[in-house]
Amino acid sequence: MKNIKMSLLATLIASLGISSPALAQKAEVIHWWTSGGESAALKQLADGYNKAGGQWVDNAIAGGDNARAAALNRIAGGNPPTASQFNTSKQYHELIDAGLLADVDEVAAKEGWDQWMPGPIKNVIKKNGHYYAVPVNIHSGTWFWYSKAVLAKAGVAEPKTEAEFWTALDKIKASGQTAFAQSGTLSYERSTFSAVLLHMGGRDMYMKFYGDKDANVVKSAAFKTVLEKFKKLRSYTDAGVAGRSWNDTTALLVTDKAGFQTVGDWAKGEFLAAGKTAGKEFGCFQGWGPKAPYMVSGDVFVLPKTTNKDAIAAQQLLAKVITSPATQVAFNMKKGSIPIRPDVDASGMDICAQAGVIALKDPARATPDPSMLMAPDIFGNVSDVITKFWNTDIKVEDAQGMFVKALASN
Amino acid sequence: MKNQRKGPKTAWSAHSALLPMGLVVLIAYVASILWTVRISFSSSKMLPKSDWAGLSQYVRLFTNERWTIDMVHMVQFGVFFIAGALILGFLLAVFVDQKVRLEGVFRTIYLYSYAISFVACGVVWQWMFNPTLGIQRSLQSWGWESARFDWIASQDMAIYCVVIALLWHSAGLVMAILLAGLRGVDEELWKAARIEGVPRWRYYTSIVLPQLGATVSTAVVLLAISVVKLYDAVVAMTNGGPGDATDVPSKFIMDNLFERQNIGLASAASTTMLITVLIIIAPLMYARSRSKTAASHS
Repeated sequence: MKNIKMSLLATLIASLGISSPALAQKAEVIHWWTSGGESAALKQLADGYNKAGGQWVDNAIAGGDNARAAALNRIAGGNPPTASQFNTSKQYHELIDAGLLADVDEVAAKEGWDQWMPGPIKNVIKKNGHYYAVPVNIHSGTWFWYSKAVLAKAGVAEPKTEAEFWTALDKIKASGQTAFAQSGTLSYERSTFSAVLLHMGGRDMYMKFYGDKDANVVKSAAFKTVLEKFKKLRSYTDAGVAGRSWNDTTALLVTDKAGFQTVGDWAKGEFLAAGKTAGKEFGCFQGWGPKAPYMVSGDVFVLPKTTNKDAIAAQQLLAKVITSPATQVAFNMKKGSIPIRPDVDASGMDICAQAGVIALKDPARATPDPSMLMAPDIFGNVSDVITKFWNTDIKVEDAQGMFVKALASN
Repeated sequence: MKNQRKGPKTAWSAHSALLPMGLVVLIAYVASILWTVRISFSSSKMLPKSDWAGLSQYVRLFTNERWTIDMVHMVQFGVFFIAGALILGFLLAVFVDQKVRLEGVFRTIYLYSYAISFVACGVVWQWMFNPTLGIQRSLQSWGWESARFDWIASQDMAIYCVVIALLWHSAGLVMAILLAGLRGVDEELWKAARIEGVPRWRYYTSIVLPQLGATVSTAVVLLAISVVKLYDAVVAMTNGGPGDATDVPSKFIMDNLFERQNIGLASAASTTMLITVLIIIAPLMYARSRSKTAASHS
């Protein structure tokens, strides 16, 4: 309650017109990259901007929700930062509709975004013919990771088909190990659901569910099977699931205590920090078969509209630097994500990232993240059903009914 | 004459000293509350809008299954937490009141948990309840192999994990408040009761407790407020999970206010909470002011 009052107060004060004048090329950037690996990556952006003649003013706020809330309050209150981080999603679309964001068409035209920007990203940063956000990186939220030691102990190889995956889970379970590591937080229950829907239900069903909010898909027998498979995964998890964070969950794989986990490529940092190498101690795959869909997500910076000429110059410089090939490579190597540009050298990246680069080039594989397809409030209602279904014994048919209701909510 | 003129002057300086606080209350609290109520009647989503949407946000709120569940959780938590904290706090206060040696040490120990933040409290108890780390693991490693204590992973019992953690946190405060009340009870009463052969437990329940009415209602008001604002401990401990087993109204509000970009719905929920609180607190405050005036008249 206190937080609500504080943020309302902040809005109120800001709306009284107290604003700080921006200095030449000084860019104040709000972001939530605060962990060790993240801030090392961010430093590449800041260094690039400083080298280009600007002055980076860092405003790190831990936690994506907190950072976005702070940015929203300041934008709504008329005292916006120069740039602010959002996910590559619909999170900032209402700001565009309200006319609060500056477009980046000039930089986009100069760099030829139209020609090479991957489809799912382009669709969500371009609205009404204008670009409104500067993409920084591309993540994928539905990678499958596995511990080679655990698989070897159970006598299974990397599963090449869905059927092999289920067999592998059974064998690992039979060998007395935890087969599937799951985080107990809502976001990661949701991401496991998305992975099951995308890779076991197929890209079509996934797009109809998240994109078209199609009630008929939810009522179908195929969707019911997906729900049953999702729930079946639960029988392979350990007792310590409740409330466990994604990184504590990845730690189970890092320490060879669990077989598989499905989580975004940000998990790679955990393996690397423990001195493990992709393809050696741990493996990765993004679904089954050479045409497996590849879920695309990422981060962007939006540039709030301002009349201050210096701030506008700073925003343009920032957009140019962030998307330049040199910064892209330097940043994404540290972040574990892949560059937004296809024209950069990927040879220095690990095997997982290289597989991602290849998948991204195929428009039939690159699939938007749910938050690119759904507005945050409906997405929230859908998440409530996912976590309810995963954690309780409600019937699959009842869950289908709840999904229909959540998709229709507005 | 001189003395008479002094009166208004003192009042003036007192009022001007209070002015900053008054402004803060007016702007930060009253204005924010009014603004929240206003927004709850608009169609605001991510950004506040100034249109009128009637009661549509309230309709959305009360048809939202999660909100109903959250309100039930709040009542469930509130009943067990307030009753538990009062009983535990009273027992601790009576214990300390027995003129035990090292009374100061015990008082400090009991009150110490209250000095810990809700977040730290939540995190510590999350570990304690985690079946692979905490109490269950310890019991098993001490030889009781079949010991099971996995309430935090259970849909039905997880909310009681929150109750236990918060009881541990708040019982000491209730003890301190009730102890102050106990110390105000005339010691002669105990001497008289002892002569009559009244047992000690009877003395506390029938003679002392009825005199503690105002003290108890202070404790209840404080506890009720912590029931309503229950947020940080839940976020740190279970984050509302597993599923929605420990979800509470303030978490619903925060989720919709920020992550889900539903300011209108969140404001409607906040307004509903405010009204609920007023309905609960007002009679208690009234009873307390009645008992105070009654005391000053007698």
